[in-house]
Amino acid sequence: MRNVLTIANKEIRSYFNSPIAYILIAAFAALFGYFFWSLVYFFVQAGMQAQFTGRSMPLNLNELVIRNLMGNAGILCLFMVPMLTMRLFSEEKSRGTIELLLTSPLQDWELLLGKWLGALVMYLSLLAFSAISLIFLFVYGKPDVQPLLVGYLGLILQAAAMLALGMFISSITQSQIVAAFLTFFLLLLMWVFEWMSGMDQNQITQVLTYLSLVKHNESFIKGVLDLKDVVYYASVSFFGLYLTARSLESLRYRG
Amino acid sequence: MIQANGLTKRYAQNVAVDGVTFTVEKGQIVGFLGPNGAGKTTTMRMLTGYMPPSAGTASVAGFDVVEKPLEVKKRIGYLPETPPVYPDMEVGEYLDFVAHLKGLPAAECRKKAEYAAERCQVKNVWGKLISKLSKGYRQRVGLAQAIIHNPEVLILDEPTSGFDPKQILETRDLIRSLAGDHTIVLSTHILQEVEAMCESLIIINQGRIAASGTIDELTHRDGTILEASGVGAETLRETFAQVPGVSAVTLTEDGEKLSFSITTPGADLRAVLARTALDKGANLLKLDTANINLHELFLTLTAPAVVPAAPAVETEEETAA
Repeated sequence: MRNVLTIANKEIRSYFNSPIAYILIAAFAALFGYFFWSLVYFFVQAGMQAQFTGRSMPLNLNELVIRNLMGNAGILCLFMVPMLTMRLFSEEKSRGTIELLLTSPLQDWELLLGKWLGALVMYLSLLAFSAISLIFLFVYGKPDVQPLLVGYLGLILQAAAMLALGMFISSITQSQIVAAFLTFFLLLLMWVFEWMSGMDQNQITQVLTYLSLVKHNESFIKGVLDLKDVVYYASVSFFGLYLTARSLESLRYRG
Repeated sequence: MIQANGLTKRYAQNVAVDGVTFTVEKGQIVGFLGPNGAGKTTTMRMLTGYMPPSAGTASVAGFDVVEKPLEVKKRIGYLPETPPVYPDMEVGEYLDFVAHLKGLPAAECRKKAEYAAERCQVKNVWGKLISKLSKGYRQRVGLAQAIIHNPEVLILDEPTSGFDPKQILETRDLIRSLAGDHTIVLSTHILQEVEAMCESLIIINQGRIAASGTIDELTHRDGTILEASGVGAETLRETFAQVPGVSAVTLTEDGEKLSFSITTPGADLRAVLARTALDKGANLLKLDTANINLHELFLTLTAPAVVPAAPAVETEEETAA
């Protein structure tokens, strides 16, 4: 466990030693702020319209603002994860530092778990900046806390699964650009498998719908904690970590 | 301390290391010598547990590299050909990270990192970004990384490549000073380096051990080279042949100058032969042992093998049939 933390710590430091952490944080905070501002704008307008026409509309802060906000933050993940994972192993390979890691007294699983954890913590620190906007919701409104927390849990689980897949792709190439592009392509593909749910249902579309990354986030966004979605994200994460372990093993054999 | 037995690494297309067997005793400095691509790096990588051998076994400090890789890794310090440093880290930050990585107790990491930095003379750049360091400094940071956990065995892949002459001398001194407590295996293709540092030598060519032993053992040749003039060639040759201990005499004439190559198994007869020549009234021009230098040895051992053409064609036909 100590080795895992050593590696995770090093990963977090190297994000913050390079501009990437700051660029991602700035971009995430700006976009999330914009999402928040526009959603609140429409919410306020809908409220004024309801008052103006005299019809009482069920205006729910959770439904109209937080759900959409969580959904949009999920989409941001699609763009941020490749940037977080592209360097995890490719950079070590191209710099030769992988030789230090693989000749130090630690197990392969400790290495990849540490890297995955480091990337996850980096994602959490991005996500922390979304709280700035949400503080205003709590100051001026009364949203339900519980669905919000479930929504955040969903975002974190989704990111964990995507990071594990991204880490695997980073472990098969020396080039960060290739890793980023392949990861983005794979995640986008898994994202749009969701469309299959609207097509004729047969075995293929059912399986692909099940594999969709975004499909399993729907219940979290609604504030519903569903075990089968948790299982899905956990298994995708495990699958990504397992593939990374095999990829490291093959790296050892091929040199 | 290190034992390799039939160590082999096969890739899909070629065999990088082919049945390498050797032993390194505790406290020795052993040099791996060979042309580029001879299999030095691959052999070292197998010893460090970076890659498993395709066949054969190796053990370091009594632990098998395949069965007990963690035990081996705890006892090995490894400097790969490119120093494994992170350019975006500061020197101190990096060494502290490596100390944690090598499993040193958390309380000692900082102290060990500082000690290694001092030993490798990088203490003065402790707070500098590694990307700002010159190549020589980076290499020394790499060396500090290798010795940080005070390993029993140090494996250094071309530790002085890319240094200027002053840095080469400093690094050699440093490596020699480490020799007492550590067993060191270093690879190089610089011959002076081997002469300056290594007690014994393993010459690798095309994945196989071409020769091994101490430098004296490898370069020693029984015999004497003698050049003389002013006397009849044949008389002198017969006189030399009659000296007890001489088994063969070859003569090359170059105008006035007579060059003798005299084989004397197991003895150094330079003094006797010189006196004999002088007694015969010859002018002695040159007297030397027949020992070859490392340079010649290296070139003979690593010369590309001459493959007879005919059998190759036959095998081709066989496979075709």
